[in-house]
Amino acid sequence: MVSAVFHSPLATAAKDVALMTVTTPAKLVATTSTPTPVPRADTKPGYDWNGLLMAVMPPVLGLVLLVLIWSIVSMSTAGSIPTPIETAKQAFTLFSDPFYRKGPNDQGVGWNVLASLQRVALGFGLAAVVGIPAGFVIGRFDFMSRMFNPLISLMRPVSPLAWLPIGLLVFKGANPAAIWTIFICSIWPMVINTAVGVQRVPQDYMNVARVLNLSEWKILSRILFPSVLPYMLTGVRLAVGTAWLVIVAAEMLTGGVGIGFWVWDEWNNLNVAHIIIAIFVIGIVGLMLEYALIKIASAFTFEEVKS
Amino acid sequence: MSTETMKAKYIEVQGVAQTFRTRKGAFPALRDINLTVAKGEFVTLIGHSGCGKSTLLNLIAGLTTPTEGHLLCANREIAGPGPERAVVFQNHSLLPWLTCFENVYLGVERVFGAASKSTGAVSENKAQLMARTDAALALVGLTAAAQKRPGEISGGMKQRVGIARALAMEPKVLLMDEPFGALDALTRAKLQDELLEIVARTQSTVVMVTHDVDEAVLLSDRIVMLTNGPAATIGEVLHVDLLRPRSRVALADSPTYLGYRKAVIDFLYTRQAHVEKAA
Repeated sequence: MVSAVFHSPLATAAKDVALMTVTTPAKLVATTSTPTPVPRADTKPGYDWNGLLMAVMPPVLGLVLLVLIWSIVSMSTAGSIPTPIETAKQAFTLFSDPFYRKGPNDQGVGWNVLASLQRVALGFGLAAVVGIPAGFVIGRFDFMSRMFNPLISLMRPVSPLAWLPIGLLVFKGANPAAIWTIFICSIWPMVINTAVGVQRVPQDYMNVARVLNLSEWKILSRILFPSVLPYMLTGVRLAVGTAWLVIVAAEMLTGGVGIGFWVWDEWNNLNVAHIIIAIFVIGIVGLMLEYALIKIASAFTFEEVKS
Repeated sequence: MSTETMKAKYIEVQGVAQTFRTRKGAFPALRDINLTVAKGEFVTLIGHSGCGKSTLLNLIAGLTTPTEGHLLCANREIAGPGPERAVVFQNHSLLPWLTCFENVYLGVERVFGAASKSTGAVSENKAQLMARTDAALALVGLTAAAQKRPGEISGGMKQRVGIARALAMEPKVLLMDEPFGALDALTRAKLQDELLEIVARTQSTVVMVTHDVDEAVLLSDRIVMLTNGPAATIGEVLHVDLLRPRSRVALADSPTYLGYRKAVIDFLYTRQAHVEKAA
């Protein structure tokens, strides 16, 4: 089952910085306690260069390693994979005009990304509208949970792309079919996480509600919803992550405008540099979505009652 | 029934038994419980863990219904939980997304914000409700922390908010389930003293579950000692005739206090020496 733990790639880096800042004052004490008079400049607490170095250095080294391996691969394939410098040059020309339109199959990378994001937003939004209330119902009523759990277990492991032909058949269009695929892949994490959240509302809170004799509306708004929210947001985060993975594959199949289609189009043009750029763009957009949702989730997560 | 007898028998527990259905079959938790609590009385329930103290308190709170027998409060059958029998929970049970003020306000709003048909009370306006909330927080000395969330205050403060939430509803009975169990000894002593003072001021009727002998003797008018479970019942009732206000320092070497203490310890550790059963 999916858990409500938020991993942040930045957390470890921040911890390193914190450790460094803790050790610095100790060093200062050591220097000031020496009997020989020391010049003032030495004892003055300056900027924490050491901490900054530790925060910046490892990620930079990681990137350098990536570029290094990339260059080696590029050299060993005799240039069929473009070198990092060549790719960077192409990227520069590409991003200097991201929003151009030359016919339906030749549009700027900006339009492609926006088209994909729009599909994800629509499919995901519809899934949230259906999935979150469904999760509440399944979590609240045991009967519903027993009724729907076998169906969810059966459907969840199916690759969302398997639903694409059904979508094409029913909606008779590539764009709604892609949105349908996103809908299918993002509904499960939201249903399951919301249901788990509802099932895990601490009994203590429900007892408080009973003793205070709260109305159904107050129970929903003051107790159920806030305590389910962190689980729900985890579901949303997982759903958006999956949706962003699936949209690329779906668009490769459906065509039109979109980052997935763009990758496939550039493959047909044998423009490998653009494919590599697309990989970076997909990665960066995915990272930004994830980061934004982690920020939202941590703002709504409160300390649990220890029982 | 005259008002005098109603005062003497404010809470009545008549022949109550509670059996839980578990996977291993029926588990009898309580049997033959008969107890009356007078208005304004402070009664503690004491016994070894697992003896059903909290079960009995939950029955009085109305959170659970008994398998046998009846429970009455002010001559009316206890049919469910309600704000007239406020509960202070063991683990404070504050809602972590609300500030201390909002946590207390939630109960105040429900009790005084809506017009009541049964008592004929008119609903109070927002300013009056807020004043009640402020007063309750001031009573437990937490005016300064009103706008803080439970996660930002200490365990003792959280428990005080729990008490304020209960008291703000002006309950007929205050039910406390090991309210200070999770606190360190010094904080616990401080809160016990505060509770003594608040109860003296508000003339509350209190039923409190505890496993702390000193706490029971210091606070109670009567100590109800339960035998070991399963199928626990009332083993002995001890009247504590110590004058109020009580001071923990003065009582520390008072022979009467020590006598009561000895009586409870005798019951718990000699007659009801707890044998941990292999589960």
